[in-house]
Amino acid sequence: MSAILTMIGQRLALGLLTLWVVTMIIFLAVELLPGDFAQALLGQSATDETVNAIRQNLGLDKPAVERYFIWLGDVLQGDFGRSLASERQISELVGPRVYNTLFLAAYAACIAVPIALTLGILAALYRNSAYDRGVNVGALAAISSPEFFAAYILVYFFAVQNAWFPSIARLNETTTFTDRLYMLFLPAVTLTLVTMAHMMRMTRAAIINLMASPYIEMARLKGIPRGRIIVRHALPNALSPIINVVAINLAYLIVGVVVVEVVFAYPGLGQLFVDSVVKRDMPVVQASALVFAVTYILMNLSADILSILSNPRLLHPR
Amino acid sequence: MTFKELQRLYATKRINRRDFLAGAAAIGALGAASTVGLPFPAMAAPSKGGHMRIGMGTGSTSDTLDPATFDTTFNQVLGYGTLRNSLTEVTPDGQLGPELAESWEASPDAKVWTFKLREGVEFHSGKTMTAADVIASINHHRGENSQSAAKPLLAAIEDIKADGDYTVVVTLSAGNADFPFYMTDYHLAILPSDGEGNVDATSGDGTGPYKLEAFEPGVSAMTSRFENYFKGDDRQHLDSFEMLVLTDTAARTNAMTTGEIDYMERADLKTVHLLKNRPGVEVLEVTGTQHYTMPMLTDVDPFSSNDTRLALKYAIDREDLLAKVLRGYGAVGNDHPIATANRYHADIEQRAYDPDKAKFHAKKAGLENVEINLSAADAAFAGAVDAAVLFKEHAAAAGINVNVVREPNDGYWSDVWMKKPFCMCYWGGRPTEDQMFTTAYAEGVPWNDTNWSNERFNNLLTEARALLDEARRAEIYAEMQQIVRDDGGTIVPLFASYVDAHTDGLAHDTVGANYALDGFKIAERWWKA
Amino acid sequence: MSKATQNTWKLLRTAPPTAWFGLIMVSIYIVVALLAPIFAPYGETEVVDVAGLSIGDNPSFLLGTDHIGRDVLSRIIYGARNTVGLAFITTVLTFAIGAVMGLLAAVLGGWFDQILSRIVDVLMSIPPLIFALLILTIIGTSVINMILVIAILDSTRVFRLARAVGMNIVVMDYVEVARLRGEGLWWIIRHEVLPNISAPLAAEFGLRFCFVFLFVASLSFLGLGLQPPTADWGSMVREMATLITFGLPTPLFPAAAVALLTVSVNFVVDWFLHKTSGLKS
Repeated sequence: MSAILTMIGQRLALGLLTLWVVTMIIFLAVELLPGDFAQALLGQSATDETVNAIRQNLGLDKPAVERYFIWLGDVLQGDFGRSLASERQISELVGPRVYNTLFLAAYAACIAVPIALTLGILAALYRNSAYDRGVNVGALAAISSPEFFAAYILVYFFAVQNAWFPSIARLNETTTFTDRLYMLFLPAVTLTLVTMAHMMRMTRAAIINLMASPYIEMARLKGIPRGRIIVRHALPNALSPIINVVAINLAYLIVGVVVVEVVFAYPGLGQLFVDSVVKRDMPVVQASALVFAVTYILMNLSADILSILSNPRLLHPR
Repeated sequence: MTFKELQRLYATKRINRRDFLAGAAAIGALGAASTVGLPFPAMAAPSKGGHMRIGMGTGSTSDTLDPATFDTTFNQVLGYGTLRNSLTEVTPDGQLGPELAESWEASPDAKVWTFKLREGVEFHSGKTMTAADVIASINHHRGENSQSAAKPLLAAIEDIKADGDYTVVVTLSAGNADFPFYMTDYHLAILPSDGEGNVDATSGDGTGPYKLEAFEPGVSAMTSRFENYFKGDDRQHLDSFEMLVLTDTAARTNAMTTGEIDYMERADLKTVHLLKNRPGVEVLEVTGTQHYTMPMLTDVDPFSSNDTRLALKYAIDREDLLAKVLRGYGAVGNDHPIATANRYHADIEQRAYDPDKAKFHAKKAGLENVEINLSAADAAFAGAVDAAVLFKEHAAAAGINVNVVREPNDGYWSDVWMKKPFCMCYWGGRPTEDQMFTTAYAEGVPWNDTNWSNERFNNLLTEARALLDEARRAEIYAEMQQIVRDDGGTIVPLFASYVDAHTDGLAHDTVGANYALDGFKIAERWWKA
Repeated sequence: MSKATQNTWKLLRTAPPTAWFGLIMVSIYIVVALLAPIFAPYGETEVVDVAGLSIGDNPSFLLGTDHIGRDVLSRIIYGARNTVGLAFITTVLTFAIGAVMGLLAAVLGGWFDQILSRIVDVLMSIPPLIFALLILTIIGTSVINMILVIAILDSTRVFRLARAVGMNIVVMDYVEVARLRGEGLWWIIRHEVLPNISAPLAAEFGLRFCFVFLFVASLSFLGLGLQPPTADWGSMVREMATLITFGLPTPLFPAAAVALLTVSVNFVVDWFLHKTSGLKS
């Protein structure tokens, strides 16, 4: 057991190290953005005078290294600072957005993961049948259309032609959980379409790969039915790659939803990020990029750990 | 003329109500005019109550309620037209009218302006509005550290002081006949002060028709009827007014067709003809002062030669641009920035597409074998790149070689505009001639985006500013429009209308053209039919 | 017939119909992309007629005209050149960087491997779309910048694959023998390692290739991809998106062009994967 703990410990340490380097990259990248907040805020109406006034007010004239360490120290204490534009606390600004994004991602995952796994297992079971081919082509077509296109098509059929679902996700404090599920159905389905294919194909491939191994051959020779072989013998050993691809897709659901957020006017973290880049609202860009990176690293980390834990050979060392 | 056309002319303020009724009578549609009822309150009184949802094409997470930094129509409508008022307002038919100031008068040299404030006006917080609030609100944009875009507008103020609780006296360093007009600027909303000269610019408190319930920058805002509004029942017909940010055009169009919003800002011109055909949807076109320009730096060769400028002005097919870029929703420009909606718009011969004249001037300027780079990005205006590509084709017919340089959207205003010698640009326009000319055409001002200077023009500008004599001013402004048209450094190919859409469940009177969305005051002027 | 062509022919004869379909479609795309000016009835940015013609309004414009009166069919054909060309160059570059670095890491090992692997870990921990948005905003969105940024970000995945597969080969006896014989680094990579890992790399190529389209389309959607008036399928869908609300089919064509190519490429890739897994067992 301790071998596993050491391994997990190693991964955690490595994750933290990566995170630290990422904070530097994010800070550097944001520093390098051309133009600055003062210019972007005023747009066409910027004059040297007003730009300088804003710049001084915000203390943008200190050296970058100094500001990096101040920023890092504050972030470690949970203080992300204030938005340059709205002067609101960033934690206040980012918090609800993170919740919205996670909610949508979780919702989409709840639809996509079970369907993808079932379809994938079935495709492996009926390998090379008409069903297998059909699912495959469907999946490829689904991933190959740009997200916004899939979203517009869904809206056309399920909101414009038939008024079954709303075309925009209008949330407020009074929105109940069920209302939320209803409003977010189309965005969630869009994300499902985009991510499902990858997971399904990987599940199928992982299982088929195992079907050639001697122990499965043995089980087959013993006369165990095909379905049972797959579920009882192949699946547990195929879990590790499947968990990996699920984790990658969950991470994608969280960070790749910018486009879907724009189409459905859903107030998630992605839109906040894009808006802030355009406005050069550096503290917000840094905070949201950091949240994205943390999510990504956490997802990969948990995938690593889960695949260690799900590996029968590691769990039962000889 | 059909009744529908007449209705449109009326709705878009090209004719007034009397002309409309006369026209209706002339085509025998007076009955129709009174039964349609929709946009004509004189015939059917506005009904009260209801909730209105409006989908906005702009709005960002960086929006605030501080008028000093207003830059999207979202916070202009919310923070200026809905939550607050200003001293004076531009009435729907384009005249200057009272708002928080009841009356005003000027000294004969137009240097000292005295505003008499309305008494008993309440803020949402219950505080009564006095001269102290007005002075603090105006000073919010002045001073060393001001971040306000309205700062240049108020630069001429030498002194501003109260004379009792309800009189404000402003002294200017030079006479300005338009000063009361300046007070309608959307930055100059009146905010509550703390009595020590500081204003509360961020809570959303104001004297306006609706008070703020919830505001999520870049997402939405919810307001509800303010019971003690000083305009009372004349305006302010709805129970509540909600604004949503829907920056994606397709998303906005979808929400409009599915009835999730009642009003859509910025209809997509590519599909507006299809939107119009949908039952229950009406398209609203208002021609305001917004115009597209193509500034050339007149101190850079070859644009320093007026022949180059004229050649390019003749080489552009405005009608084609109007049809293709604006789908006909606008008007052709005449190379000066004064719109028909402005008070002193002069009737000057329209410059037409004339490849021969263009060729003549191009030859004089020695433009054969010269490649003229035109910088463009859609940040300048939606369709700017398309317009530049079309211009390239027009100019080619006159033997002028234009090369369209695509610039990034991001940073367009800081890196391209006023830096590259020839680019695409837009102006929201200004309600007064003086403001427009002073902002972008006077010698040496920060936004003179052509570095143009013309002595006669500059003298006339100063002369007209202090004049209170209307007829003489009209004459001077006409001459100035002619000068800009024939010598200025900018091509003004198009005036772009505001094109919005709404359900037929909404009704309105004459629509103001000084700003988009009924002069930003849609919340208090429209009602549910 | 030479031996190589004979082998190729043999391989093709055993290919399933899906692979055939894929191969034919991909070839058609390549031909159209290369010969766009011959196939396209009008120029890429040429304004030919009134704007907004729908399908069938005028027989000269099969698929109608766009919002400023350019022929949609011509723009789709030129779009093949821009979109496929861009994706192809980017993917080749991705593989050049990723595979070379990955193989070097596998063969050299030690600190070289450690440093590269850590750099890749860090690059991979920042979401690619977010990273690309930031970087492109910094350096500007020219076509060359876009190709470089996508190629570098994407090469991290190829690096991992190449390194992992390479590791398995490097420990083989025949590589050890070559080393003892005193062969140079490049000789070992070229003669011993590359031939043994080309199949999984080729399979990955197909997937990465499609990924680039979608990535460019997403960037265009957010206003940072290829800028107008250059025709590319992603931005064409984007420009015409509001037509979908009114049930008009025009935006379907560029979208279908992307989808068809993706499906075709993946058919070929699947066949490749199948072949390689078949060879293994």
